[in-house]
Amino acid sequence: MKLPSQQYGEFYQRDRTIHPPAYAPAYKTSVLRSPQKSLISLQNSLSEVTGPVFGADELGPLDNDLIMNYAKTGLPVGERIVVHGHVLDENGHPVKNALVEVWQANAGGRYRHRNDTYIAPIDPNFGGCGRVLTDENGHYVYRTIKPGPYPWRNNVNDWRPAHVHYSISGSGWAQRLVTQMYFEGDPLIASCPILRTIPSEAAVRQLIAPLDRNAGIQLDSLAYRFDIVLRGSRATWFENAVQPDDPMQGE
Amino acid sequence: MTTMVNQLEYLKETASQTAGPYVHIGLAPKQAGFDIFENNFGSVLAGPRTKGERIRVEGRVFDGSGTPLRDVLIEIWQANAAGKYNHPADRQKKPIDKTFRGWGRGCSDFKTGIWAFDTIKPGSVMGRNNRPMAPHISFWIVARGINVGLSTRMYFSDEQVANGKDPVLNLIEWEVRRKTLIATREERKGQVVYRFDINIQGPDETVFFDI
Ligand SMILES: [Fe+3]
Repeated sequence: MKLPSQQYGEFYQRDRTIHPPAYAPAYKTSVLRSPQKSLISLQNSLSEVTGPVFGADELGPLDNDLIMNYAKTGLPVGERIVVHGHVLDENGHPVKNALVEVWQANAGGRYRHRNDTYIAPIDPNFGGCGRVLTDENGHYVYRTIKPGPYPWRNNVNDWRPAHVHYSISGSGWAQRLVTQMYFEGDPLIASCPILRTIPSEAAVRQLIAPLDRNAGIQLDSLAYRFDIVLRGSRATWFENAVQPDDPMQGE
Repeated sequence: MTTMVNQLEYLKETASQTAGPYVHIGLAPKQAGFDIFENNFGSVLAGPRTKGERIRVEGRVFDGSGTPLRDVLIEIWQANAAGKYNHPADRQKKPIDKTFRGWGRGCSDFKTGIWAFDTIKPGSVMGRNNRPMAPHISFWIVARGINVGLSTRMYFSDEQVANGKDPVLNLIEWEVRRKTLIATREERKGQVVYRFDINIQGPDETVFFDI
């Protein structure tokens, strides 16, 4: 049997016990936005194993620099931070060329979005979004301003802990993930209804980025480290004599 | 007491969190109301030289009360007109169309809830065990209130024979539910439009997949 040089295979079954359930009534919006019937489980076909491929030439030089990518008349207000980490799969292998997109509120907890009406001011020099492709080692880095916490309508006095929203696109469609990164030491983490939709304590911990003193820039920025794990795939192919033309297996 | 064994060293997937109401800032900043990136990802998949029948796919996503989601973000993934994915794992002996990545990202309108993609109709892709799959487009749906992105597939109403043999549609035990995945072909001012409404919950709940 001949192995393809780069191996792609079906993804491991998603462990749903570490993910929030669709219906999580403490997060009120989920009540009407959650399927009530069971998901139909699919064995992966090419449609799930493949996925969009992105090129470095699609991103601009400041796309991963949220401090500079919307600076108009000066620098944005707030704590300067670097955020970095690796995108790995469940096997511990780096996911190269993964598209990591981030968005966040400004230092006052206000989003640059036409639907955000929070009283904290828009920062004229802060857009609040960025994106980066992981390198050969699955590593990514961006710099930004630490986002502020903000209140939201769920219970009347619910506050979101400071967080950065993440979207990650790996090599296959079935790996597609959106999540949020939180910051070590934030006292609002304990009472956040959205974070608490996650049933597993270990899974919650995985979303909290520790302060990384060594990765900061001296006299300039603190750093936080956030590693992301996407689904792993079964890389070992077994030839099946009755099905010689498996489209995922090659010639 | 259980017998001690060595622990397997698999990592755990990072848990999903809702994309929230302001997903547009990161994934479609123009929709959020500002211009920041030189190159924006969008809902037009087909270029002028892309091979295949030009189609528009449009619809709305409804919540359990029948209200359209006006803050939803959808991504689609599909094969080209020959039924080949633009990805190295697709080893079918079919041509790649260099003008067609096969991926798009769209948002519902903040007022009407309507989203749309301009693309081409995909060809049939070989499925598992050498069973061809009917032409289809994969959907991934995120929004405020959706804790884990929802995955589904859209099939085409004018592919009845292929749909009847499709291994995934046939996996759905309840025949009445299969129709939730089939988009209706219409012609509007000479343009082919497939209408695909998605119901997150309720009696006509769309079939969602754990892929
Ligand atoms: Fe947020």
